Amino acid sequence: MRVYVDESICQGHTLCAMAAPELFDLREDDGHAYVSVTEFTAELMAAGRRAASTCPEQAIVVED
Amino acid sequence: MPDPSHHDRVTNTSGAVGSVGDGERKHVVIVGASLAGLRSAEALRAHGFVGRLTIVGDEGSAPYDRPPLSKQYLSGAWGEEKLWLRARGFDELNLDLQLNVRAESLDVASLALSTSTGDIAFDGLVIATGARPRRLPEPLDHGDHAVVRTKAHSDELRDKLRDGAKVVVIGAGFIGAEVAATARCRGCEVTILEAAPLPLERQLGPDMAGVCAGLHERNGVTLHTGVTIVATTAKSVTLADGRSFAADVVVVGVGVQPNIEWLQGSGLTLGNGIECDETCRAAPSIVAVGDVACWPNARYDERARVEHWTNAAEMAEHGAATLLADLNGTPEAALSYMPVPYFWSDQYATKIQFLGRVGGFDEVRVVAGAADSGKLLALYRRGDRVVGALGLSMPRHVMAYRRLLLENASWREALASVPVAKAPGA
Ligand SMILES: Cc1cc2nc3c(=O)[nH]c(=O)nc-3n(C[C@H](O)[C@H](O)[C@H](O)COP(=O)(O)OP(=O)(O)OC[C@H]3O[C@@H](n4cnc5c(N)ncnc54)[C@H](O)[C@@H]3O)c2cc1C
Ligand code: SF4
Repeated sequence: MRVYVDESICQGHTLCAMAAPELFDLREDDGHAYVSVTEFTAELMAAGRRAASTCPEQAIVVED
Repeated sequence: MPDPSHHDRVTNTSGAVGSVGDGERKHVVIVGASLAGLRSAEALRAHGFVGRLTIVGDEGSAPYDRPPLSKQYLSGAWGEEKLWLRARGFDELNLDLQLNVRAESLDVASLALSTSTGDIAFDGLVIATGARPRRLPEPLDHGDHAVVRTKAHSDELRDKLRDGAKVVVIGAGFIGAEVAATARCRGCEVTILEAAPLPLERQLGPDMAGVCAGLHERNGVTLHTGVTIVATTAKSVTLADGRSFAADVVVVGVGVQPNIEWLQGSGLTLGNGIECDETCRAAPSIVAVGDVACWPNARYDERARVEHWTNAAEMAEHGAATLLADLNGTPEAALSYMPVPYFWSDQYATKIQFLGRVGGFDEVRVVAGAADSGKLLALYRRGDRVVGALGLSMPRHVMAYRRLLLENASWREALASVPVAKAPGA
């Protein structure tokens, strides 16, 4: 179980970090997102799925 | 507010949303197969709606994303495979996606929709017909002028944006500015003609609008403001002061208008789009979402129609919940939709982001970065509250203000959390 951001697709819209600040952080320079946790609880997975649907670029990958 | 009483007879005995006591399946129809329409379908299913779901859309292709049409897709950096809004397909949504079908009229009283391929009866309706480009007034309007709203528009324009081509863009709003930037990146010679003294002034205030306008000059695009256009041809534009601009292509970006004509006589209230209540409801069991919908955002005490990506997505989710409340006979359970609006625009190498209320502020203050550095963060104050945050290529910082804006934080609190104080990487 994990959630990650495909950095080749992410455009730094930062919507994921708005939807799930507990899961995503943003790089200072370009706003590209990365997942800031290493342990994926059920709640975080749910937050990841929610965030994935808000990402305009479909850059968030959710692996159950 | 519309009277929801005729839904009192509907009872929800099974617990599964969308089924009624006798097991009869409810039918929800969504008109408009773009961002708001698709997100509505996804949200209805996510909220447990098990009834029939139909999407009717007048475009020929599966739902696709519009922002790249003036950016990466127009430039050629992205192929069409990156446009699809639902690359994994529609099977799990279990819906009937009817493309190339146009909704022609609606009768609210009898819950009936007429389309180009026949009539459809529904129990619940989502209207997500979006908006289309405004045209220049007669006699300036010309069939050969380019606009950008659909994939076909973007394809057609890309072919004309050849290296060295002369491009005249009418209108320096977000889409005009993005097309100008993309054309410039493709090696075109670009001139923007704008009627207002300063583009985006209403949205961003004079200082910040000036900074954004400066991006064009810095990137080798000529911006003429305060112009009055008196004549056009397919390949030229003439101004009142006699100046004339020849072009290989003229692009018109003078805003959009909501697609509501098909709803004349339907019984819905039409004004600046479809007028909804604070829960996105246009009538009992009918919601309107996305670019076509106008609603009172209680957070700002004003009615607005918002033409941005995030609103279409968020409003669709909210509208779905309202519709299910109606279908379940509990319309009073519908909640107010009161988002903090957000939009972004990519121009040249700059990412412009705005979070909060557009317009109606008392002060704008640059709190980090500087106009000439290409990176800047500005906060907007109204009274003693912070009401907006604008970032130029400072995405991480802009987002840090979302919570404060959601909480209607005070100006003092906003200033106190200016990010410069943060340790690097914190
Ligand atoms: C070039 C471009 C760039 C953009 N860039 C940004 C950006 O950077 N940031 C941002 O925040 N926003 C941006 N936007 C805005 C964003 O794309 C829109 O807010 C969003 O598309 C709205 O979605 P919607 O589903 O409400 O409407 P639309 O996307 O307009 O979709 C409405 C759909 O309904 C269909 N339809 C209309 N009438 C009927 C009918 N009678 N019957 C059946 N179907 C019908 C239409 O053909 C269309 O497919 C951009 C828009 C464009 C065009
Ligand atoms: S929403 Fe998507 S594109 Fe935007 S920062 Fe997050 S992952 Fe990247």
